[in-house]
Amino acid sequence: MSDNQNNSSGVGLVVRGLRKSFGGQEVLKGIDIAVKPGEIFVIMGPSGSGKSVLLKHLIGLEEPDAGEIFINGEPLTTPEIAAKYRMALVFQSGALLNSLTVGENVGLYLTEHRLKPADEIKKIVEEKLADVGLKDAVNKMPNELSGGMKKRAAIARALVIEPQLILYDEPTSELDPVSAVVIGDEILDLNHRIHVTSLVVSHDRDLAFGIADRIAVIIDGEIVTVGTPDEVKNFNDPRVKGFLNADFKRDK
Amino acid sequence: MFENIGEIILLFWRTLLALPQAWRQRDKVFDQFFEIGNASLLMVCVLSFFIGAVISLQTGPILVERSLASAVGGVVGIAIAKELAPVMMAILIAGRIGSAMAAEIGSMRVYQEIDALRTMNINPIHYLVLPRILAIAVALPMLVVFSVLVGWFGGAMVADMNHRMEIPFRVFFANLRDIVELKDVANGVFKSFCFAIIIGVVSCHQGLVTIGGPRGIGRSVTKAVVNSIVLIVIFDYILTRFLLK
Repeated sequence: MSDNQNNSSGVGLVVRGLRKSFGGQEVLKGIDIAVKPGEIFVIMGPSGSGKSVLLKHLIGLEEPDAGEIFINGEPLTTPEIAAKYRMALVFQSGALLNSLTVGENVGLYLTEHRLKPADEIKKIVEEKLADVGLKDAVNKMPNELSGGMKKRAAIARALVIEPQLILYDEPTSELDPVSAVVIGDEILDLNHRIHVTSLVVSHDRDLAFGIADRIAVIIDGEIVTVGTPDEVKNFNDPRVKGFLNADFKRDK
Repeated sequence: MFENIGEIILLFWRTLLALPQAWRQRDKVFDQFFEIGNASLLMVCVLSFFIGAVISLQTGPILVERSLASAVGGVVGIAIAKELAPVMMAILIAGRIGSAMAAEIGSMRVYQEIDALRTMNINPIHYLVLPRILAIAVALPMLVVFSVLVGWFGGAMVADMNHRMEIPFRVFFANLRDIVELKDVANGVFKSFCFAIIIGVVSCHQGLVTIGGPRGIGRSVTKAVVNSIVLIVIFDYILTRFLLK
């Protein structure tokens, strides 16, 4: 790890009554969550429960049908307010631009907004890639990376923004258990090192209980429960129990 | 196609509004420009030569039979400069470059790369659309000028070598100079500029609205090429009508 310091400090996030429908089907049915500054908040739920759609609303890629989103108490209603806060989304697929090298991908935000001179951008890119253990990948193309490396490169790209809020969409999907642990440790490390607020959407129970300060369980577009990992484990609801304890029906 | 016409016009308008960003995006414009040139130059050369040759072969003997040999250079020259070079090159570029634009942007859309740009406050129109449209708007008229020259050469060569015409090079080009004016070439170049905008906007739009996986990308590519060609043919008539006045 490099010892570069990020200037970010986590922001609080509140979602109230968020609703969204696609083609008459209600995907989010009045979501209410409150994420404290600097915490790791995991939203868990089965596939198709609306987790990724919720993330897209938070980053501004989707417009809600109803409801409000507040960042540090300010309603996220205009691009100006959104621009005040530095938010980054780590996509499920990584979403690295395939026509650019890993280094160019990581430095894209700084290059396109001309925030730093080229040599400084190069230095920052190398630092951020070293932070996620991809120091040697700077000149590689995304298609030369494994799934786990792509996700770490995507995290490095998010770090360049010096985010106050990082949103992770299924960060361990399609990864082997070892790579999943590496990514989980990365999220924990970033949270401790730069005090960024992390909102993780995942259906990975091991990841959620391994890294979360608090967990929300979303099923069929509704938040069923919110609490610490222990509180969620002990929450007495058949749907939550069914999701958390899902297992094969193999004869013992 | 026609249900998307409003979106296509809106994309064109947004691209115009993004023009002040052109200098900032100059590296991408040059990259795209060279890609268009590299991908098309040889094909343009071959196609233009044979278009000139076949026009000469189709019209020359008929004119010679009617003692109008002196008109062959002019007929071939006008046909290529005003109509065949701009339209044929536009169709070629729609197939070769428009399809590539739709496929590249469509794939970026499907694989969330465009969403990733948006989360970094990078406007996809500035980053992806503007450089492509500027590059094609410069490259296609240049290719058309090149195509006109090669087409004339092809026509002259056939007129010289075909035993039913045997019109020497010098006579062919003297006649061509008598009839074809600079304005005629300029008309063709102007038309090709309009066709370039059509190909660029239609293909980028089709890429940006791509949904689904690889099949969606394939559908977008087909739509981009077909819609571009249909609009090129329609606008060819409208522009010709306007330019004839």
